[in-house]
Amino acid sequence: MATVTCPECEAQIELAAGTEVGEIIVCSDCGVDLEVTALDPAAIQLAPMEQEDWGE
Amino acid sequence: MQRRLKLGVLFSRVRVEEKWIFGAMEKRGIDYDRLDDRAIHFDLDKPEQWKQYDAVLERSISYNSGLYALRLLNAFGVPTVNTASVAEICGDKLMTSAVLARDGVPQPHNMTAFTPEAALEAIEAFGYPVVLKPVVGSWGRLLAKVNDRDAAEAVLEHKATLGSAQHSVFYIQEFIEKPGRDIRVVVIGERVLTAMYRKSEHWITNTARGGEGELCPLTPEIEELSLRAAKSVGGGVLAIDLVEHPGRGLIVNEINHTMEFHTMQPLSGIDIAGEIVEYVVKVAKSGEK
Repeated sequence: MATVTCPECEAQIELAAGTEVGEIIVCSDCGVDLEVTALDPAAIQLAPMEQEDWGE
Repeated sequence: MQRRLKLGVLFSRVRVEEKWIFGAMEKRGIDYDRLDDRAIHFDLDKPEQWKQYDAVLERSISYNSGLYALRLLNAFGVPTVNTASVAEICGDKLMTSAVLARDGVPQPHNMTAFTPEAALEAIEAFGYPVVLKPVVGSWGRLLAKVNDRDAAEAVLEHKATLGSAQHSVFYIQEFIEKPGRDIRVVVIGERVLTAMYRKSEHWITNTARGGEGELCPLTPEIEELSLRAAKSVGGGVLAIDLVEHPGRGLIVNEINHTMEFHTMQPLSGIDIAGEIVEYVVKVAKSGEK
């Protein structure tokens, strides 16, 4: 599976098999939330901050 | 020949629940589109692209995006799970309380006021402690347990000064000495699927706030109350949160219309995502064009 670089701490993160676009992953080094924005090639960006109207 | 159903899933983030839902769609060979609420737009003169859907499942993480998308889809005649009306009621705690009160469904004692002064008067008349909750909000955010007048004055002033206009709708609820847990019940259509206890040492038992899940056996009382609550808000795919009131027994605390079930599905062993998808298919077929 593809490897991506954390934009916050530059850690190398391996995407697990079955990862989907739009999924949130956590950087194992710095703990920041990252959103998978593409898979081929793999790309990530910092996940949006929680908004007041978010929930279930 | 029968036309193949076409479904849509509106989402903001692919949480584990969305992965399970997409998986359940694919397992059943359903033709569906993933509709990212951050990428779509609605042109009200061109509803055709939306009318292609026999039903849309709303899983937005943003209440506003989900609610307005549902309003538009329903206006275009597209059936949705849940409906805009259900989202309007469940997304607003005061609306939920209002319909539960209308239907005589037991719930905590609630009061509402629109100025800090009137809210303080209501709280003083009722007695402490009370809980102040935003009318729109989830995951246990911005809940305040108010133990005395000093705290009440401070929180009310902060809400009025720092919050958006919506925070000046003061939703005041009795504080319930629950036994360190509440009960989450999953209702889909006319069926109660499963229930779990959410346990926490903290008075906020939401699992998003660290509460832990434990399977809760379904009793006739839990089933009956949950179905009444679901019917009261308009029905669909719902998570009914019940609390055990020390004096009044089981009462309905709140109802969620885009529930998370990452704890519940593995705990119960029930394929909740699959059940949701089956329900959306049923809704799509009942409104077949």
